[in-house]
Amino acid sequence: MSQESSLLSLLKKRFADDVLETHSFKGDDTAVVKKDKILDVLQFLRDDPGTFFDFLMDVTAVDWLGKEPRFEVVYHLYSSKNNHRIRVKTHVPEENAEIETATGIWKGANWFEREVWDMYGIRIKGHPDLRRILMYDGFEGHPLRKDYQKDLRQPTVLSLDFPDPRKDVRRVIKATDLMRGGEPEQIQGESGKEE
Amino acid sequence: MSEEKTDQMSVGEQGVEWMTRDGDNLILNIGPTHPATHGVFRVVVELDGEIIVNCDNQIGFLHRCFEKESENTTWTEVIPYTDRLNYVSPLMNNVGYVMAVEKLIGIEVPERAQFIRTIICELNRIWDHLLCIGAALVDLGALTNFWYFWRPREDIYDLVEELTGARLTTCYTRIGGLMADLNEGWIEKARHAIRSTIPQAIRDVDRLVTKNRIFMDRTIGVGPISSEDAIAWGFTGPCLRAAGVPYDLRKDQPYLVYDRFDFDIPITDNGDTYDRYLIRMEEMWQSLRILEQAFNQLPGGPVNVENWDVILPPKDEVYENIEALMAHFKLIMEGIKVPPGEVYHATEAANGELGFYIISTGEGIPYKIKVRPPCFAIFSALPEMVKGHMVADLIAVMSSLNIIAGELER
Repeated sequence: MSQESSLLSLLKKRFADDVLETHSFKGDDTAVVKKDKILDVLQFLRDDPGTFFDFLMDVTAVDWLGKEPRFEVVYHLYSSKNNHRIRVKTHVPEENAEIETATGIWKGANWFEREVWDMYGIRIKGHPDLRRILMYDGFEGHPLRKDYQKDLRQPTVLSLDFPDPRKDVRRVIKATDLMRGGEPEQIQGESGKEE
Repeated sequence: MSEEKTDQMSVGEQGVEWMTRDGDNLILNIGPTHPATHGVFRVVVELDGEIIVNCDNQIGFLHRCFEKESENTTWTEVIPYTDRLNYVSPLMNNVGYVMAVEKLIGIEVPERAQFIRTIICELNRIWDHLLCIGAALVDLGALTNFWYFWRPREDIYDLVEELTGARLTTCYTRIGGLMADLNEGWIEKARHAIRSTIPQAIRDVDRLVTKNRIFMDRTIGVGPISSEDAIAWGFTGPCLRAAGVPYDLRKDQPYLVYDRFDFDIPITDNGDTYDRYLIRMEEMWQSLRILEQAFNQLPGGPVNVENWDVILPPKDEVYENIEALMAHFKLIMEGIKVPPGEVYHATEAANGELGFYIISTGEGIPYKIKVRPPCFAIFSALPEMVKGHMVADLIAVMSSLNIIAGELER
């Protein structure tokens, strides 16, 4: 029929056993592939002259809590030569949630994959720099998982650099003390008093 | 560089040593609040003299849980959140988001609404570029141009204020249309602005800066990126076109009514800071061309679809008609019932491709909304672009990329 469906049939022909499902919904071509073949599929999509997806536009994940497998990792690709798009998805089960990195294919995958790890807790195997990106170190959990409570509060400033202010003796400097030339007043922290 | 130094740079786990001497190299922290960052992000550089050996850019200081919040609100209530993504071009975010939802529902807004959306997008592109160029020049020490650009920006702010009721947080579009039609006389005011103050200011700054020896010395060859690298990093928008790739969604996958206008996509070859400046200057002229044509072709008619499943019924109908009252109640209490499915829709925002990937399960609230912010991909390439340059060039490169922290961290 159109360019779109020929794209999906090309992919299906090349990866007959690894493409689980394809559909074109509202003009968006989607292919669901097996997790262990995801890098082969992405590499093929980038390099084959018939597809030539040179842009990796986005990488994200979806949490289908209650379904099995729980996570989906979603790649959005764009081809500047052929001017078409494709969405490639793969399923990632909850235990040992892990996926291979695409940074070897597109450099730009780096931060997008860090965000997937940070927000969904899907470990990126072979990623050169897998740190949290939007959350801070010491943050517990992965906020975009559906079982992460929206109104859960976590302390934000207890970093490694600074001592815990609740355990230390606090120094309170009053402007009036300084004007009189006196010593700043020292008061005990609340937890300090109990000890 | 030794192993230990690399460890020192893995700032995330250990916490950075602030201004420590590490052997011969100096580790310098820039940000999170620094005049040159224009927002809240942090760049840690390792300097050998004034040369950048290593660079680590960190974000997350302005993370406002856009995606988590939007999973707990109705589809309409997400629109005000989108204002705050890229707060320099709120109208474009409004348009990008509602177009994604409309694609999933399968409705097409009336022609007049499409024209008005095009007009506000292009007005917003000029507004965004004026700020980007002005602020980039301030970072290089040229304050005057910022004020030259302030005047037309103020005019645009006034136009936007009259149209939407707010200067910054516009929230102008609705799923299925617009908040309101244009005011009477708005077109004349806008036409006056795009014929007098805006071109005058662009011309002034062009004469002051484009052939300025100091500016050229500071920017030519600074922070260049090849077209292959730009593509691999996922660059879009002016930064990509400065590297010689003629990719612009307005031409390549036309949306709204862009295919009815005559305009050009400027490209340059070198991909350096100077070229990014040139691209933005030229794009403003092209936007003015589009605006002029759009004002002339603007059709009459309604701005909203006549579908009470997505658009609130008119108030007098709600008071008199039981159907309208029910539709109003259901829209407010339950939200728009977007049919189940997933779509990705991209528009050409001022910084590049702004994509919305939305998933609905058929309820009144989104299951997932993922924003593909253009400057996220662009900012991730910063270390590669500035290594080997001087620390002062880092500032020039950063401001030419036009990084908006609100959009970067959502």
